[in-house]
Amino acid sequence: MRADLEIIQDWIPAGSRVLDLGCGDGELLSWLRDNKQVTGYGLENDPDNIAECVAKGINVIEQDLDKGLGNFASNSFDIVVMTQALQAVHYPDRILDEMLRVGRQCIITFPNFGHWRCRWYLASKGRMPVSEFLPYTWYNTPNIHFCTFEDFEALCSEREARVINRLAVDQQHRHGWASKLWPNLLGEIGIYRVSSPSLQDHQIAV
Amino acid sequence: MPTAFPPDSVGLVVPQMAHFSEPLALACGRSLPAYDLIYETYGQLNATASNAVLICHALSGHHHAAGFHSADERKPGWWDSCIGPGKPIDTTKFFVVSLNNLGGCNGSTGPSSLNPETGRPFGADFPVLTVEDWVHSQARLADRLGINQWAAVIGGSLGGMQALQWSISYPDRLRHCLAIASAPKLSAQNIAFNEVARQAILTDPEFHGGSFQEKGVIPKRGLMLARMVGHITYLSDDSMGEKFGRGLKNENLNYDFHSVEFQVESYLRYQGEEFSGRFDANTYLLMTKALDYFDPAANFDDDLAKTFAGAKARFCVMSFTTDWRFSPARSRELVDALMAAKKDVCYLEIDAPQGHDAFLIPIPRYLQAFSNYMNRIEL
Repeated sequence: MRADLEIIQDWIPAGSRVLDLGCGDGELLSWLRDNKQVTGYGLENDPDNIAECVAKGINVIEQDLDKGLGNFASNSFDIVVMTQALQAVHYPDRILDEMLRVGRQCIITFPNFGHWRCRWYLASKGRMPVSEFLPYTWYNTPNIHFCTFEDFEALCSEREARVINRLAVDQQHRHGWASKLWPNLLGEIGIYRVSSPSLQDHQIAV
Repeated sequence: MPTAFPPDSVGLVVPQMAHFSEPLALACGRSLPAYDLIYETYGQLNATASNAVLICHALSGHHHAAGFHSADERKPGWWDSCIGPGKPIDTTKFFVVSLNNLGGCNGSTGPSSLNPETGRPFGADFPVLTVEDWVHSQARLADRLGINQWAAVIGGSLGGMQALQWSISYPDRLRHCLAIASAPKLSAQNIAFNEVARQAILTDPEFHGGSFQEKGVIPKRGLMLARMVGHITYLSDDSMGEKFGRGLKNENLNYDFHSVEFQVESYLRYQGEEFSGRFDANTYLLMTKALDYFDPAANFDDDLAKTFAGAKARFCVMSFTTDWRFSPARSRELVDALMAAKKDVCYLEIDAPQGHDAFLIPIPRYLQAFSNYMNRIEL
């Protein structure tokens, strides 16, 4: 399984009801179904990914995340997951609001634009960072809303969303001492678990 | 001269007839004392009868969904693009049953059949049928064929409505429900189109209150108009534009009202003409009414999620972007209700220029997803 999904699955209790935004080829949902009796739906808009989800027997729904989650009732899922898609949506703040409304908890992963390599690239070359991990140039990138860990946490605090867990990992999804010490500088990918402000504190067994 | 059928065709098929002599109570309050259903089957029923698939047809469809009735039949069945060896509804895996619905005009008991009580054609006296009635009659056909539970019930458009009704009326008798280019009920606009079609037929002087058969005539003009207006709604603006544009039959305009000038006029007239020669006017009225009446949520406080609460099937819903007769929004309505009811469901919105007719057309993405879904079905 993809390394970030490996970490995420650990945060999803067996038997939960999960909504996966941008579920890709359904890897996470099919693993959760087979190993943790998880039910739910994956939203996706790429035809090839959708066909792959159908082949896996995943409940995949063709839906554009930029049009919101208006078709889902509030608190209708235990967990709403969005991996590596926050930076690609038109309104990250609105989708975060929607996730917090629809799910009791949200798990979000995104690349950290505050990582030292991005900072160094921009500072030394004066051009938008291009890397193996983020290989696009500014004009053709699907990633239109980059943020840093600090930015994301500021948004969470603005929306009074509580950050339950935060992991800063490198490209191999290792979370070593360095990224623990200076996450915003040394962490490449952020994996966050946040809960909605309106929700009472409740223990989820992990 | 023996003609070879394509390798992915079910080949030569022979329709069969099932007679039912137990009365069928209908939603309208009347009942049919006895009736026939004509059907075709493709593939082999396995020993446990777990591989049976029911195909439900749309407004003007019939039992001949795949293969050929004779070596020189020009065109195969209406859904041959999706039924056959290696096709989405793979006949090497599934045993496929396709029938002509009650009230039809292709062999099943309908308005053009003789009423045994009077010895005359039913005509307008044939009871108005609903999607529910059809599903009950199809369940009896399943009993007759020894099929306790369908692996899948599949339909497009009005056929999709029947598939949905199956999941509500007989939750234990199907494992998968595929509703393609369908809707949980018609919109006012849709009913309006049907009403125009009905008025075209009803006001044709040759209709004779539905007893045209006894007078030895057919309301050809009415049927033709009904089909023409219907046909416009089955295509998209784009597909019509691409097919005909403003192309003319001849080079010059005639400055009159009776000549066929634009290609699109010629096409519609041809379609109408052809249809009026093969379809029964009373059946057309009946089918449009069944469409208009379909509204399963009406029995569940207009709550679609509640309507499907008891369903046990897994669902696959597909729509096509340029379909304005059964638009993607109507399918999404259905999908949202199924998700609210916590049902298993896949939803695909296939980008296709062909309008409502797209569900009959071998569009690669559509066939791929359809195959992927059907391949997953466990027998």
